[in-house]
Amino acid sequence: MKFTEEHEWLRVEGDLVVVGITEHAAEQLGDVVFVDLPEVGTSVTKDDEVVVIESVKAASDILAPIDGEIVEVNEMLADEPGKVNDDPMGDAWFFKIKPEDLSQMDDYLDEAAYKALVG
Amino acid sequence: MADLHTTPLNALHRELGAKMVPFAGYDMPVQYPMGVMKEHLHCRARAGLFDVSHMGQVILRAPGGYAGAAEAMERLVPVDLLGLAEGRQRYGVFTNEAGGILDDLMIANRGDHIFVVVNAACKADDIAHMRAGLSGVEVEEIAGRALLALQGPAAEGVLAVLVPEVAAMRFMDVGVFGSAFGELWVSRSGYTGEDGYEISVTEGQAESLARTLLAHEDVAPIGLGARDSLRLEAGLCLYGHDIDTTTTPVEASLSWAIQKVRRAGGVRAGGFPGAARILTELAQGAPRARVGLRPEGRAPMREGTALFAAAEGGEAVGHVTSGGFGPTIEGPMSMGYVPRALGAEGTTIYAEVRGKRLAATVTALPFTPARFKR
Repeated sequence: MKFTEEHEWLRVEGDLVVVGITEHAAEQLGDVVFVDLPEVGTSVTKDDEVVVIESVKAASDILAPIDGEIVEVNEMLADEPGKVNDDPMGDAWFFKIKPEDLSQMDDYLDEAAYKALVG
Repeated sequence: MADLHTTPLNALHRELGAKMVPFAGYDMPVQYPMGVMKEHLHCRARAGLFDVSHMGQVILRAPGGYAGAAEAMERLVPVDLLGLAEGRQRYGVFTNEAGGILDDLMIANRGDHIFVVVNAACKADDIAHMRAGLSGVEVEEIAGRALLALQGPAAEGVLAVLVPEVAAMRFMDVGVFGSAFGELWVSRSGYTGEDGYEISVTEGQAESLARTLLAHEDVAPIGLGARDSLRLEAGLCLYGHDIDTTTTPVEASLSWAIQKVRRAGGVRAGGFPGAARILTELAQGAPRARVGLRPEGRAPMREGTALFAAAEGGEAVGHVTSGGFGPTIEGPMSMGYVPRALGAEGTTIYAEVRGKRLAATVTALPFTPARFKR
């Protein structure tokens, strides 16, 4: 598993990459009340805004961590946005992306480096 | 952050694990470990304790006693103060010459003087405004007193153990009571739509009182985050957002706060800044109105979101002034200004959220029923 400095996690699953946010991010956001997911089939470039998370406090953007095509989104979050707080590293993934260049993941942090970042 | 003011409860907030943020020049708790959503629901179900010590407390004294102070103050607010009974308070607004709102405030008749509570961000300007506009009136900013709010259905039971007199108070009553925490200035009012009290206590006794209230199993500390969602569900205005110098009280749907004696045909009609415009709007209607909005989907429509009459095309007709998620109504909610023709309950309005026009329905305020003890 890899981590971005924007507090996203990326997990390789077959030929896809699953993306979510870390526990640290979920805690900082506060209670999530709405998740705006991208459409399946959307082509994204690294740093495109792909997901908007609304918490009781504010709206935050999730950026595409790598180039590729969104092939699946977690529809459960439309009805149960609170899952992002309950299980951010597991059930509450946001989308699966078919990467164009898996080596883009090399730029990101491993777990130890991410833990050092968030203290 | 070195320049931030602190309240007498600052150390207690930190001990309780609050996340602190700068607010109106004060270091204030935005949430405690419980989190905004649970704090909000706890306040509606049981009781919440809020530190509102950043707000301004001011006493107005005049040679003519209460009536003298009230007569003078009526020149600054479109409120019937001479008709306000002893031991009662009213909501009011300071208006400017253009009919806009300088601040909103609570005004109490305390027998031989007026007691007012104003917003933290406006208090220096408000005090200067009163000193300039109230000749012959002594304007005393109260230093050395904290202000707590205890809100929710359990508030009466909790506070009455310490101050038995509060049980008999009705909504918007005020009283001064002796207690184990010194003299308390209590009003039965608040900013949540719930029954409850606002309690002015000396700085030296504030933490002790707060700890005693928090020791009750029904009471949890509530931060600014839930304070905002509670007041928005209750349909209450936040100064600087829903009301400001560009909104008149009539546009802001606060006409109820202007009693008949201050309106055209009343015994003391007008006589406050901006009266010409405000009295005309009272008689003929204002061009726009503050309304409640319930978005159709789950996406919150936040402050600043543009509002449109149609799903496509056309210019913006208004904007959202407060918006978020209502934990009690379990959905998004907003307040905003729309043209009068679009202000009727049930009207569909469109809000542009991230480039998409989403439907919302004009809805009666409050979003949650008020539970005041009338």
